[in-house]
Amino acid sequence: MEYFIQQLLNGLTLGSIYGLVAIGYTMVYGIIGMINFAHGDIFMLGGFAALIVFLILTTFVAGVPVALALLVMLVVAMLVTSLWNWTIERVAYRPLRGSFRLAPLITAIGMSIVLQNFIQVTQGPRNKPIPPLVDDVFHFGDVTVSLKQILIVLVTSVLLFVFWYIVNKTPLGRAQRATEQDRKMAALLGVDVDRTISITFIMGAALAAVAGSMYLMYYGVASFADGFIPGVKAFTAAVLGGIGSLPGAVLGGLLIGLIESLWSAYFSIAYKDVATFAILAFVLIFKPTGILGRPEVEKV
Amino acid sequence: MANSPVTTSEDSSGLMAKAIKEGLFAGLLALGMFLLYVGIETYQNIDNKLVWRTRWGLLAIFVIASAVGRFLVVGFIRPHIDQRKLANAKAGIPEVSDHKSFFQTHFLKIALVALVLYPPMAVMLNGVQGSLKFVDNFGIQILIYVMLAWGLNVVVGLAGLLDLGYVAFYAVGAYSYALLSDQFGLSFWILLPLAGILAAFWGIILGFPVLRLRGDYLAIVTLAFGEIIRLVLMNWTEVTGGTAGISGIAKASVFGIYSFDVGASNNFAKAFGLPMSSAYYKIFLFYVILGLCMLTAYVTMKLRRMPIGRAWEALREDEIACRSLGIDTVKTKLTAFAIGAMFGGFAGSFFAARQGFVSPESFVFLESAVILAVVVLGGMGSLIGIAVAAIVMVGGTELLREMEFLKHVFGDDFTPELYRMLIFGLAMVVVMLFKPRGFVGSREPTAFLKERKAVSGSFTKEGHG
Repeated sequence: MEYFIQQLLNGLTLGSIYGLVAIGYTMVYGIIGMINFAHGDIFMLGGFAALIVFLILTTFVAGVPVALALLVMLVVAMLVTSLWNWTIERVAYRPLRGSFRLAPLITAIGMSIVLQNFIQVTQGPRNKPIPPLVDDVFHFGDVTVSLKQILIVLVTSVLLFVFWYIVNKTPLGRAQRATEQDRKMAALLGVDVDRTISITFIMGAALAAVAGSMYLMYYGVASFADGFIPGVKAFTAAVLGGIGSLPGAVLGGLLIGLIESLWSAYFSIAYKDVATFAILAFVLIFKPTGILGRPEVEKV
Repeated sequence: MANSPVTTSEDSSGLMAKAIKEGLFAGLLALGMFLLYVGIETYQNIDNKLVWRTRWGLLAIFVIASAVGRFLVVGFIRPHIDQRKLANAKAGIPEVSDHKSFFQTHFLKIALVALVLYPPMAVMLNGVQGSLKFVDNFGIQILIYVMLAWGLNVVVGLAGLLDLGYVAFYAVGAYSYALLSDQFGLSFWILLPLAGILAAFWGIILGFPVLRLRGDYLAIVTLAFGEIIRLVLMNWTEVTGGTAGISGIAKASVFGIYSFDVGASNNFAKAFGLPMSSAYYKIFLFYVILGLCMLTAYVTMKLRRMPIGRAWEALREDEIACRSLGIDTVKTKLTAFAIGAMFGGFAGSFFAARQGFVSPESFVFLESAVILAVVVLGGMGSLIGIAVAAIVMVGGTELLREMEFLKHVFGDDFTPELYRMLIFGLAMVVVMLFKPRGFVGSREPTAFLKERKAVSGSFTKEGHG
């Protein structure tokens, strides 16, 4: 039983990270109907930004408080990845918005290759380990909860609330929802569609950066190739929860995290990714709208 | 402003101000983007501890290049392009012209003759051993991608089904040949069709559940299937050898008459009294893959004229209309998947015979992405366009391996291979931005009223299925 609870906690932590990345996928898909293939690599960029900031901080300021260091890492990573995602949208996706549907998908795959190789070239192909930032653990009977797990779940919850508030209660969120429903009509009613889409990309990148920093903190290692698999899993999460739905993305993320950790614990670690991909296939085949998604009406 | 045909001095000074402003903005943006990743280098020191050092010079180059590049684009290149477009529009030059030069009408024959003559030419110019690089690295490598892309073209270009896991069928073909020749000692010429059939079988198995899916969802499920097959190959160690793969795969023979094994009595070089070289095998393989490519092209062109090919194209244009007209979409989609997969299987078994070694490393998602990129960049549905795209994209990146002279420019530490995929990715983006309809922007229509007229690629639809 303790073992089960332990795995549940691990899954929850991992699921929070996937959920954060999944929000980026789901928001972009919702608003422009495109799979942002490079989103996983934006997540990886976020992790690298946090890593570099961490290294600089630890050399210049000895004994910097951990909370402050984490905050600086998060903020810088969010800013840098936002810049990247904004630029990528402007350069690679926006000019193709009126083009045929495969075009932005191809540029997104191209951008994904570019980002991965850019980091490989500039930062080297080796794994980058960092010393643990927070290593406090709490014991409840046989169950161990580490402080970083608590931090990850806490930060995810806070961010989720903030984003839920932005999307549902602010004028910006209203513009986003309007653009999602009908881009042309929204433009006619005075919504700056281009700006709204840009902001959506920035929001997605910021969340991915937080997720990337958390991932770095959790595993203590960053690599240029770390974007693809978590990216696909986060996309699976978005689809599982119902693409276009914010709570769905988080729910999907948590489910994927749980399935992954329980599968590794009880079946086989080697096939944990197969499990995730199989779920993705099954969900899409039998319930393409996901758990919380709206059915898509087939238009002529 | 930039669009106006008459450019007054006032306009151009406004344009300059705008260009300077945008250039500065781009520089600032680049500073923000590259400060951490380019300005700072992280590396492990002797104690294996991660440390960092600055690279301000490189950062400055990135920032200045971005600023100057943006300035030039806004200030000079864009107004120039706008003006040319305007002039073209005034002169009324149509997007697709019916006029064809001698070279255009006989393009296929010329290309085929050039390809057949390519290995002898390489041998003549570089000697037997020296031709290896040209025949193997450029010839065979490009032709494999041409074949894969033509195979995928059936699924994506003709039937409009977006497949991101095509490499799975390539893997099925390669492992079929590797395992069956290893276990049963069957020859290449028996296993080649068998690998194709097995891959087609997998195409149907994987195609069946995804029939109801549309567009992007289909793409993602096929991606998932592709990854599942790779992960199974990687983890099912008893059969597939896991990450280590299978090595020592038997070579193909000249239909059993001559062998390319060094020890064999009917060795090709011995039989003809030639000096021993691995180049003969590669030249032979070059003609094999050329033949396979021709077969793919022939079958594709024939199928396009047949009811099933027309059904594919109808499906691509409008699935609902297709169904209303009584076309069996299940059968149509499955045949597209199966035939596309079959060509992937052929290419896979050829790949295994050429490398003598297969491992899951060769069948990662990136390969699928590269093949899809070649199909889309070539202009979906156009065989010639796809071949051109394969030559440009694959040949171009192979060329980078050869750029030794760059070492003299950038110093001895410079390894062009590192930049291969970076440039490939950038090329994908750039080509898509400037030629979203691919290198060949026109299509030969399948059905026509009186005479065959080329249509602009913009009129064909894609990816609905």
